Amino acid sequence: MVTGGVTKFAKAHPAMDFRLMVKRAYDYALKGIPNLTPDRIDGTRISYFSDHFSRQLKAASMVQDYLGMNPKGSVRIEWGGATGGECFQAAYEAVASGRMDVCLAAGYETMSRVATWKGNEFIALASDTNFDFPLGGFYTGYYALMVVRHIYEYLRKTRFAHIADEREAQRLAIEEGTRIMSMVSVKNHRNALHNPYAQYPKRLTVQDVLNSEMISYPLTREQICTMSDGAAVAFLASESVAREFTDKPVLVKGVGCGTDTMRLADRPFGKVPLLPHEKPEDYAGLEYPGVHSFRAGRAAGIEAYRHAGITHPNRELDFIELHDAYSSSEIQTYEDLGLCRYGEGYSFVERGDPFLKGIDYGFPTPRAGAMPVNPSGGLIACGHPVGATGLMQGVFAFWQLQGTIRKHFGDGALQLKGAKRGAIHSHAGTGSSVTVTVLERGFR
Amino acid sequence: MKAPPPTYSKFRDVQAELAKSGAAIFRDADGVDSLVIRYPYSIEYIHSYAQDSPFFLALAEGRLRGSRCTKKRCAFVFATPRSHCMVCGAPTEWIDLPTTGRIHSWTTCHFGGEAFLKETPYNLALVEFEGADSVMLARLKDAVESELYVGMPVEARFDPNPKYSITDVWFVPRK
Repeated sequence: MVTGGVTKFAKAHPAMDFRLMVKRAYDYALKGIPNLTPDRIDGTRISYFSDHFSRQLKAASMVQDYLGMNPKGSVRIEWGGATGGECFQAAYEAVASGRMDVCLAAGYETMSRVATWKGNEFIALASDTNFDFPLGGFYTGYYALMVVRHIYEYLRKTRFAHIADEREAQRLAIEEGTRIMSMVSVKNHRNALHNPYAQYPKRLTVQDVLNSEMISYPLTREQICTMSDGAAVAFLASESVAREFTDKPVLVKGVGCGTDTMRLADRPFGKVPLLPHEKPEDYAGLEYPGVHSFRAGRAAGIEAYRHAGITHPNRELDFIELHDAYSSSEIQTYEDLGLCRYGEGYSFVERGDPFLKGIDYGFPTPRAGAMPVNPSGGLIACGHPVGATGLMQGVFAFWQLQGTIRKHFGDGALQLKGAKRGAIHSHAGTGSSVTVTVLERGFR
Repeated sequence: MKAPPPTYSKFRDVQAELAKSGAAIFRDADGVDSLVIRYPYSIEYIHSYAQDSPFFLALAEGRLRGSRCTKKRCAFVFATPRSHCMVCGAPTEWIDLPTTGRIHSWTTCHFGGEAFLKETPYNLALVEFEGADSVMLARLKDAVESELYVGMPVEARFDPNPKYSITDVWFVPRK
């Protein structure tokens, strides 16, 4: 990767349609790179999630037009919530295969064009319309089902095992789980105070998150990402030409992708596919993935880590930008990606591992800096214009690895000192498809 | 969006004309005006349940059907039916599921897709059945948030006036 750009994510950008948003991000990416002239771009990969939001089919062709990229080759990428992550990997494949020397990955979504609850309906059309959609047409409901079971597996059966009254034990476990999930929301919203691209930077407390409106029990409003308008672009180039554009390129070190059933109800109850640092006895008796974990995320992690030569992700990655559409799914994802063992996600938060050093979260974070997750603020605070989101993560990770966060954010608080290797993680509909991409500093 | 500018043309009352159809001009913080119109969009789909049809027809008769893999060594039982086995690819056969089960997981939705907002709050539950290898998603009625828990025994109820939709079946706490 040689450069990238992001528009500020917002509830609505009425003065910019999707073409102009992408153009702004594109112009930002090219600023200060005189050698990266349009004739050097061999082709594009363009991503957006839903035709419903703008009711403009084949909209990617209009982006291609607007950027003046015709008649270069292009493909539209769509893979639910993981659309942006897939687009990044599609551009990687175009370059890695030798087909292109320079490929532009561009993504966007304009979700403001319909009312919020109609938008929720559109998103829920990415669930089985025979068996799932007619029950409520509501993704937050699906994620709530998953986290209730996650809490049952990993808090009810451990911290509250001593309580005989089943209902009481479950009630206490959910209370404990949501308190810890709220710490994730506080983290991401407070990190975003230092990110000018973020849609909802906020100085929240755990209590604020818990007290916010109940959307689908136990998920409250502040634990859920919102609808956004926004665009992001990433330029990928072959190793032979990358240094013509920047003396600080970032290497795409590993790519992985995994899938799972569309319907939650079809998820199997089998064995955990292990990462190199795990043993079968770690998960004796655990029925996996059920609805509590994302097997697609685990599969994507396994492939990406193997490709990148990573055997112990927690030690070998300096940070992760992951798909926290919900505070709950951030915790579930720590486990899928092997940042901690399955069942340890809640303790991982309480110990402070995913927090940043030097930022005040309003509660103790003893191990802050151990494994920073979503230093940018993630989806919860930055917003989630679906087709742009995975590319936004790519751009933020790129700036982290370049050490240029201060230059782009006008604030260096989120710059991780000496970050050499990071990962980005993009996730679609209830975990039906997930991408993981490992990025590494490509210069000394 | 900022408040619209007071006038837009010397010759016409543009805002008033636009307002008739719910349209408007919005001026943003940079002073850029955007003309925002509104239009409806509706469509009737001719949707076939295709190979899932027997399931929906059975609901109207008060029966809950799953499917079982016909390959003896596999024999996977799907509580949400499919006509080919996800595990081995063999065809499945229809079976009757018990109309009683237990909650595998649950939630209470206080919002939903636009079409479902008027039904809030409603409960969703994934239901486990004895002898089935997968679960089923359904509405759960006659119980409030504070009464629900994983493992709760539930039983199916069927709509006497079927709509031929998954909502023709729901679960209630088992007495």
